Amino acid sequence: MAIDFSLSPDQQVIADVFTSFFSQESGTEVVRAAEPLGHAPELWSKLQDMEAPAMALPEAQGGAGATMADLVVVAEALGRALAPVPLLEHWAASRVLAGSNFLADGEIATLALRPSTDEGIWRLVPAGAIAQVVVGLDDGELVAVRSEPPLRAPKNHGSAPLADRSSRLGERLVLTEPGAFDLALDEWRVFTAAALVGIAQQALDIGVAYALERTAFGRPIGAFQSVQHGLAELPALIDGSRFLVHKAAWARDNGLIHGAGEINMDDGTITEFAPLAAMAFLESAEAAAVATDKSLHYHGGYGFSLEYDIQLYFRRARGWANILNDPARERLRLADLLWTREA
Amino acid sequence: MDFTLEEKHQALRTQIRSIFEDVLTDEILEAAHTTGTNHSPELAKALADAGILAQAMPGPGQDPVAMWMLSSEAEKFGAPIDAIGMMTMIAGVLDAVGTEHQKATAGADLLSGEKAVCFGLTEPGGGSDLPAITTRSRRDGDSWIINGAKMWTTMAHIAGWVFLLTKTEADGEHQGGFTVFILPMDTPGITVDPIWTMSTERSNATFYDDLRVGNEWVVGEPGQGWKVLSVMLGFERGMGNTGALTPLLRRFHDWAKESGALNDPLTREHMAQIAIDAQVAELLTQRTVWTAATGQPPGTEGSIAKVFATEAYQRHARWAQAAAGPQGLLGLGVDGAAAGGWIDYDVRHSTPQTLQGGTSEINRNNIAERHLKMPRAR
Repeated sequence: MAIDFSLSPDQQVIADVFTSFFSQESGTEVVRAAEPLGHAPELWSKLQDMEAPAMALPEAQGGAGATMADLVVVAEALGRALAPVPLLEHWAASRVLAGSNFLADGEIATLALRPSTDEGIWRLVPAGAIAQVVVGLDDGELVAVRSEPPLRAPKNHGSAPLADRSSRLGERLVLTEPGAFDLALDEWRVFTAAALVGIAQQALDIGVAYALERTAFGRPIGAFQSVQHGLAELPALIDGSRFLVHKAAWARDNGLIHGAGEINMDDGTITEFAPLAAMAFLESAEAAAVATDKSLHYHGGYGFSLEYDIQLYFRRARGWANILNDPARERLRLADLLWTREA
Repeated sequence: MDFTLEEKHQALRTQIRSIFEDVLTDEILEAAHTTGTNHSPELAKALADAGILAQAMPGPGQDPVAMWMLSSEAEKFGAPIDAIGMMTMIAGVLDAVGTEHQKATAGADLLSGEKAVCFGLTEPGGGSDLPAITTRSRRDGDSWIINGAKMWTTMAHIAGWVFLLTKTEADGEHQGGFTVFILPMDTPGITVDPIWTMSTERSNATFYDDLRVGNEWVVGEPGQGWKVLSVMLGFERGMGNTGALTPLLRRFHDWAKESGALNDPLTREHMAQIAIDAQVAELLTQRTVWTAATGQPPGTEGSIAKVFATEAYQRHARWAQAAAGPQGLLGLGVDGAAAGGWIDYDVRHSTPQTLQGGTSEINRNNIAERHLKMPRAR
């Protein structure tokens, strides 16, 4: 094995299939039509026909046994199209449930990102408005709860199907390994990071295309160096976060979890999954925030008008990332993974 | 994608690290970081004897991973690599486009670690605008007459060779254009004046007064110097000088641990950001190296890595200095200095890095035009 930054032939096929699927089936008219709930049932059912929700499960559990490296390619294509479907949440949650037979055919599962409140409520669960099954921590236990989804979401920045869900009311399964939650949350971080890379890349492409088309002072605004230099900031952030996503996926696929990987801050070697997942999430959130900000800005006034697509990207760049936590707290968590505190 | 280092490269890394351990005494390291001359002839010799300089030379058929590894390991260790990087670079240019004579003389000197080389590119009247240079070369039968001045000829005071870009005067038969020479520094007519900087680096101005040199020192074709230069710039960008965040973070961590700041959330949060940027800089650099290894010219990938890594280095060195408070102002070797003075060193050392080897602005032009396919803007 050797350092290689290309997609494998299999990954390339997956990228082609899903990029073309999402661009045909999830144009921005579909994204707009799915607002405010943020769910497109027809699109979801097409993905079910393709058996995409089960991709992330082992073959023994009826899945396709896809690697993380394959899944992040799909996730990036999903992010590029802002596809309003709970695919990434479902992957993260259904992997925890694999082998339990709890999840029925056609059901949507999701992950509650934070432990429940004392009252037994999981607040603002992503895909909580549409998922039948929620997996999360409740009073120190890892549980899955089946209940009726509200099919309504509070008005929110990224038009995402968020909802509060009960961690106690409904058909309930206690999972035996509470430690599985941390791994599932890290996998959610990596899937979401890949989708944020897709948002950032598409925002850059939209921004470049607009800057070449829009003229001012007798030439395309993309011919002005100030605009060029603003956009030229972005490839480092986007490529950097994409590589972090793929490195995290590589670490997961190679079993570099629970201390099997390396964290050597003396020479900068990091191959352990958890810190790589944290880095991938933080960096791609930053890339998506900055890329959508610059791209929107170079649209001038049109950028914040609802008619233009870039505002859809701008809002989801924040909505999909900030649902987890304040990035500053995520960085503190990363610091704890890298350096032990002094007694 | 795969992030595994091949076994032969793991072995090379081990070999490089053990040479650093063996050769670099505290005295050598201190001299390399306090005299302004970031060079150790002992290290150059040891790396040459182990065949590592030849492996780390850029060029067609060469292994870009070996080149990156020497540079990145040196950055992590704090090993003086500046002159050595220039030596392998010019050896690579000569290997790609030089004559047998040039390879046997200058090339052999550089790869044996015996003599250093300086770059005579930038001039007092202009930095990034290389086509505007005024150093002139004129044919005179079988020889050439050269007149002019160069700035930032770092290492000229210890170098055996200069890699010199000139503008050639047109004559009856020839168009003029640019001509590159590789010249012995003891050629009569060359003088060297020091330029002392705040950056920890001593540089030089060099003057070329009525040099008379033979045709055998022309690199590539006369008048085709631009081609030679583009070979060099293709080698240069984004494969070295992108790994400084790792030692910066290590040194800052040592200070934070000592001073009790390591548990401070403000400190920890920013340290985590430095760790992310260090990973990104390394991944962007590895991508450039991989691009080169697959036989493609890594032009825009190198620019992307270079701008990101050098700007992140400046940003975080300056943060580290502020975070260390008054002790962060104290220099190398000063009693009580934060991290032994390395934080002050990093602020100084990072400052010229967004200028050297292509300014951030030139690199952003390159990214906009060639990566994003936007119109040429000046």
